[in-house]
Amino acid sequence: MEFIKTHLPYVLAGISVGGQYALISIGYTMVYGILRLINFAHGDIFMVAGFMMVYLSASLPLYLSIPLVILGTVLLGFLVERVAYRPLRQAPRMSIMISAIGVSYLLQNCAWYITGGLAKQYPAIPWISESITVFSATTKIVTIITPILTFLLVIALVLLIKHTKFGMAMRAVSKDFETSQLMGVKINSVIGLTFIIGSFLAAIGSLLYFSNYTSVTPTSGSMPGLKAFVAAVFGGIGSIPGAMLGAFLIGICENIIKDLGWTTFSDAFTFALLIIILLVKPTGLFGEKLIDKV
Amino acid sequence: MKKALMTLIPIALLYILLFVLEQILPASSMLFVVLKKGAIYSLLAVSMNLLNGFTGLFSLGHAGFMLIGAYTYAILTIPLEARPSVYQYFDGGIIQFTLPVFVAIIASGIVTAVLAYLIGLPILRLKSDYLAIATLGFAEIIRAIFQWDKLGPVTNGSNLLRSFPIFKSVLFPFTVAGLCITLIVLLINSSYGRAFKAIRDDEIAAEAMGVNLAKHKQLAFTISSFFVGIGGALLAMYQTTVQAAPFRASMTYEILLIVVIGGMGSISGSCLSSFLFIACSEWWLRFLDRVTFIGSFKVPLLASGFRKVVFSVVIMIIVLFYRQGIMGTKEFSLDALYKFFEKRSIKKHKGEDLAE
Amino acid sequence: MTENILRIENLTMQFGGVIAVNNLSLEVNKGEIVALIGPNGAGKTTAFNCVTGIYEPTNGCIYFCGKAIVCNHPRGKMKKLYVGENKGAYPKVIRNSPDKITKMGIARTFQNIRLFKNLTVFENVLIAKHMRMKQNVFTATFRLNYHEEKRVRQECLSLLEEQNLLHLKDEPASSLPYGLQRRLEIARALATEPKLLLLDEPAAGMNPQETQELAKFIVQIKDKYDLTIFLIEHHMDLVMRISDRIYVLDFGKLIAHGIPKEIQQNQRVIDAYLGVAEDA
Repeated sequence: MEFIKTHLPYVLAGISVGGQYALISIGYTMVYGILRLINFAHGDIFMVAGFMMVYLSASLPLYLSIPLVILGTVLLGFLVERVAYRPLRQAPRMSIMISAIGVSYLLQNCAWYITGGLAKQYPAIPWISESITVFSATTKIVTIITPILTFLLVIALVLLIKHTKFGMAMRAVSKDFETSQLMGVKINSVIGLTFIIGSFLAAIGSLLYFSNYTSVTPTSGSMPGLKAFVAAVFGGIGSIPGAMLGAFLIGICENIIKDLGWTTFSDAFTFALLIIILLVKPTGLFGEKLIDKV
Repeated sequence: MKKALMTLIPIALLYILLFVLEQILPASSMLFVVLKKGAIYSLLAVSMNLLNGFTGLFSLGHAGFMLIGAYTYAILTIPLEARPSVYQYFDGGIIQFTLPVFVAIIASGIVTAVLAYLIGLPILRLKSDYLAIATLGFAEIIRAIFQWDKLGPVTNGSNLLRSFPIFKSVLFPFTVAGLCITLIVLLINSSYGRAFKAIRDDEIAAEAMGVNLAKHKQLAFTISSFFVGIGGALLAMYQTTVQAAPFRASMTYEILLIVVIGGMGSISGSCLSSFLFIACSEWWLRFLDRVTFIGSFKVPLLASGFRKVVFSVVIMIIVLFYRQGIMGTKEFSLDALYKFFEKRSIKKHKGEDLAE
Repeated sequence: MTENILRIENLTMQFGGVIAVNNLSLEVNKGEIVALIGPNGAGKTTAFNCVTGIYEPTNGCIYFCGKAIVCNHPRGKMKKLYVGENKGAYPKVIRNSPDKITKMGIARTFQNIRLFKNLTVFENVLIAKHMRMKQNVFTATFRLNYHEEKRVRQECLSLLEEQNLLHLKDEPASSLPYGLQRRLEIARALATEPKLLLLDEPAAGMNPQETQELAKFIVQIKDKYDLTIFLIEHHMDLVMRISDRIYVLDFGKLIAHGIPKEIQQNQRVIDAYLGVAEDA
């Protein structure tokens, strides 16, 4: 019983943060599946969502600020794609990645400028920020809600992709960009929708994440973003269930590492995992191999 | 022979100019900050360009290698008397010898190169996006390792390293960076440089023409990292203290952006862009960060952090509209400059003739 | 007795469930010009790619000057998927990367021209000499390999002169018109000092006059550089004029083999590929 009491909080924290990473990583995996682009700015969009909430909730009631945050984040994601990625679609791969890095740099600097560099406190969202005791371990309700919500959203998304016309279009575009265009798929709509979904999930993720780790800084998005990307690579780029699995794995493992006392390495674990995956099975758990035609 | 003279004379003139400036301007002048930091960043940018711009290997591990170079230099040169106070939490540390400055600088390069070689063995065969993330990952792992308390006796854990020899004159970083950049230029213009460029342009064709991909990618990676290590050592000397925490991915991004602005594939572009970048960020655009009043009217937008916002916007503009950067893949040469002015005066004269 | 330069034995290349090359066997002897023809998608370039090491064949063996350079049999996932023949015939596995194969003396041009776009014409040819230079990174950087550089530059300049490209040597390769780009590719391949030259559709995009010149040129360089030539081509006038022997591929399978006259009259080939000449 003592064992559970000391270690359960870490496992729960792991599942919770894993779910939050999952919501971010889906955005990465979807965008990479379609555009072959690592959207370096995605983690920072997550951070901006956090700040939006901080500022909006200061003057608006929560039932207004939450939907506004979601709307704002989705708009931002869509805008970034339109302005920074679409013009470079024909450019060599490195250019669009550099653009993504540039957007990330811009978002972080803007956040720094607006907030003056001080960490901001995230507002407590009633109910999910309250404490609850599970098997004699104390934690917040958000820790329980996150995995459930994540599962539900992922299931909804997978259904969308498998059973709707748009979903089919997305799958087609990620298999063969040019041919899909030739077959009449409206590429811009598909890509726009991908970014909208990704940003939507990132916004939800930020609501949950910052309810737990309540301090928001301009660099709050980089680590979760990178970890979410590793989760996507682990699960197999382009596979949404894979990304979710990878995210939970990373969340749980990094908290177990903290539990064992190796806190300095909890972040490094994610990168070690990345490198192992890239060397052993670069296509990830559920990914597919591609052969170049010469 | 003539070409060598043509390059040596401007360099000699530059040296004389710098020397004179140091005599007449106060040491705290911003100009020297820009020159010193600019020289160091030039080396860092050129070595990144060697890897990313000339060989086409998208590596984001720069910060990690700079860290290794900086630490190697500091660890090897802290004078014995200072060690107990620097390593105060680790009983003076286990390294109880000091090396002369130049030996330590070269050691920084070698240690970094060796590590780069080991890291490169498994990851260089990855595709460009995955290579980027893998190198980024390694840089973060390196940063975590250097902050690890258990390695404190060597690295001082998360405490900073200080008291190591530094430089005063701007001629020092210029000389070291200049020598390194010269070596890189020689490499680029050699047969191996051609092989690197071929790999960038078309890997499959390069291999078909007999260029062993693994070996040459390793060469580019290792050599670039050697110079990054030296750049890290110079940075340590400039900053006078070394700590692992600031060597984050954002440091790599800044250098990458400098390279992009200057033009991937142009060495003179990287140097020019480094100086511009440092001049703007440390000196000329500082006013953007100051809250300014005209009379009682507060100028909007000017506040701390605005400078970086302006930067980011400028960088985005260049990335989106001027992808070639300032120099593209061309190099600066007095010949080209002369021809440029010649063309303009011909056009001008033509215009005058037509007008008559 | 004529020396055998290239021998392909039971080569099968299977991608997933699709067989691109099906049990192909052929040989090319010293000094010959041998052509590989067939409709698009017949597997010709795939066969080339197996010879040069870009693809690892699913089954079969390739010998160069009598020595096995590529050998494979279905392994791993392929064991179950393999639907070709001669499954157990090649227990050894021999792999060589494309650069090693080029070093051994096989050079090639590409169907879709793969020049180094950002390099000059001269540099494109110089690269091919890189592996043949006696140097290492240090001697090259400090210019201690001066004599090697000089020799190599001379050789490349004369190759360019031969192709009438000397006046364009400092232009970026991408700025050349299509026909000249093809010639540059050939010059670059020759710079690797090959014994066997693989030409993948060298006459693509050329008009009849250019094709005639190319035909003369191929025979010239064959004699001058003591080469053996193996080519893929759709321009039948070129093929029939200069080939000593022709192999015909259709859907990955070899359907005919012989001298030009025989092939022209072979019914199977006519049905699959050549067609019948219209009555004038």
